Amino acid sequence: MTRLPVTPSQTVGPFFAIGLPWTDGPYIVPEGTSGAITIGGFVLDGVAEPVPDALVETWQAAPDGSFGHPDDPRPDARGSALTTAAFRGFGRCPTGPDGRYRIVTLRPAALPYGDGRTEAPHLDVSVFARGLLDRVVTRIYFPDEEAANAADPVLSALPERGGRDTLIAIADGGGRFRFDIRLQGEGETVFFDV
Amino acid sequence: MSTAVPHQGDTFTLRPYQRPRGVHPPADFPPYRSSALRAPHRPPVLLPHRLTEITGPLLGEDRVRPADADLTTQHPGEPQGERIIVTGRVLDSDGQPVRRGLVEIWQANAAGRYRHQADQHPAPLDPNFTGVGRCITDDEGRYGFVTIKPGAYPWRNHHNAWRPAHIHFSLFGWSFTQRLITQMYLPGDPLQPLDPVLDSVPSEQGRQRLVAQLDIARTEPEWALAYSWDIVLRGREATPFETGEEGR
Repeated sequence: MTRLPVTPSQTVGPFFAIGLPWTDGPYIVPEGTSGAITIGGFVLDGVAEPVPDALVETWQAAPDGSFGHPDDPRPDARGSALTTAAFRGFGRCPTGPDGRYRIVTLRPAALPYGDGRTEAPHLDVSVFARGLLDRVVTRIYFPDEEAANAADPVLSALPERGGRDTLIAIADGGGRFRFDIRLQGEGETVFFDV
Repeated sequence: MSTAVPHQGDTFTLRPYQRPRGVHPPADFPPYRSSALRAPHRPPVLLPHRLTEITGPLLGEDRVRPADADLTTQHPGEPQGERIIVTGRVLDSDGQPVRRGLVEIWQANAAGRYRHQADQHPAPLDPNFTGVGRCITDDEGRYGFVTIKPGAYPWRNHHNAWRPAHIHFSLFGWSFTQRLITQMYLPGDPLQPLDPVLDSVPSEQGRQRLVAQLDIARTEPEWALAYSWDIVLRGREATPFETGEEGR
């Protein structure tokens, strides 16, 4: 079987803000939705300076564990009304001049891994920026899911310090979570080869 | 905090996506100066492709108005410069079209200036050109835009640095794994071999895949030249029964 060669990535560059941000991009659910949480923080470079021209994108399951996606092999999870109507699952937020992003969403459910194990609730994250020739990919986990995090096949394969600790958001109270993304250097976030 | 775990105990098999090696630029590429403080230093950790990775946002018509595909008719007057048609197909590496998928583009105007406050180089803005387009691929994965040929522009990467003319493209595919942002270049541009961004692509074949071709058949006589450019996103991992796979 002959495969077509894949198109290479190129940097998003410094000027994507003329086209990629959407007014509703950061709002996976509208602000004020029952059960809504916010996740936000800084994107920081190798000398801990804020990155004011990054684009953060998130993708996650709905609170009922569905994605509303035809490739989901679970027959009862493909097109829940929740996913298809009110919950897009996808967030997109450019960083501001202060290097901060913020999304409003609902907590994702834990997910079956396929072999009987369970993945802790998480969001997949892409970061695009000038200086990044390809996106970097990470995951956001929740600090109050200690048991689920301990059993998560991805998290548990990482060392505690400089590994798991970079992927677990910090609870700020009132449904607010802080998740800084350190692109390089001290405290560098774990990034994934996806 | 306890979270409901639906379908716990479910077992299923997911067919992962291929992981092409040697295709994308390395994270750290010193000739591209901006990567110095932003590229991660640690090697990325292999992430298995599970439910979150094999699904992804299916963004469609609600993100696009029909006028979004023609960047020359978004203002009362016509923009300056050479009108061009840019078309192609979005496929996966198995040759399957990416149907009904969102394609987003942005670019400089004919003078090489972006309508962005950070672009202050002394070239004119065009009141009739924003430089942003969107469309949805058809059932064969085909996209199409009418736009203005972007100009080259200077940047401060090194002394006398100029970016070759390019159009930025953003694509989603069907899954988080397939997400791609890249740039399309135009054929015959002598700035291409001098450009560290294009040169960051490890292979000559890879660099050539970012360059569109003149498509005389799609050119509209007396009106606009056409360029074609196909985009290939990752396909699925080969099953054990398939052979002859390349690029692994």
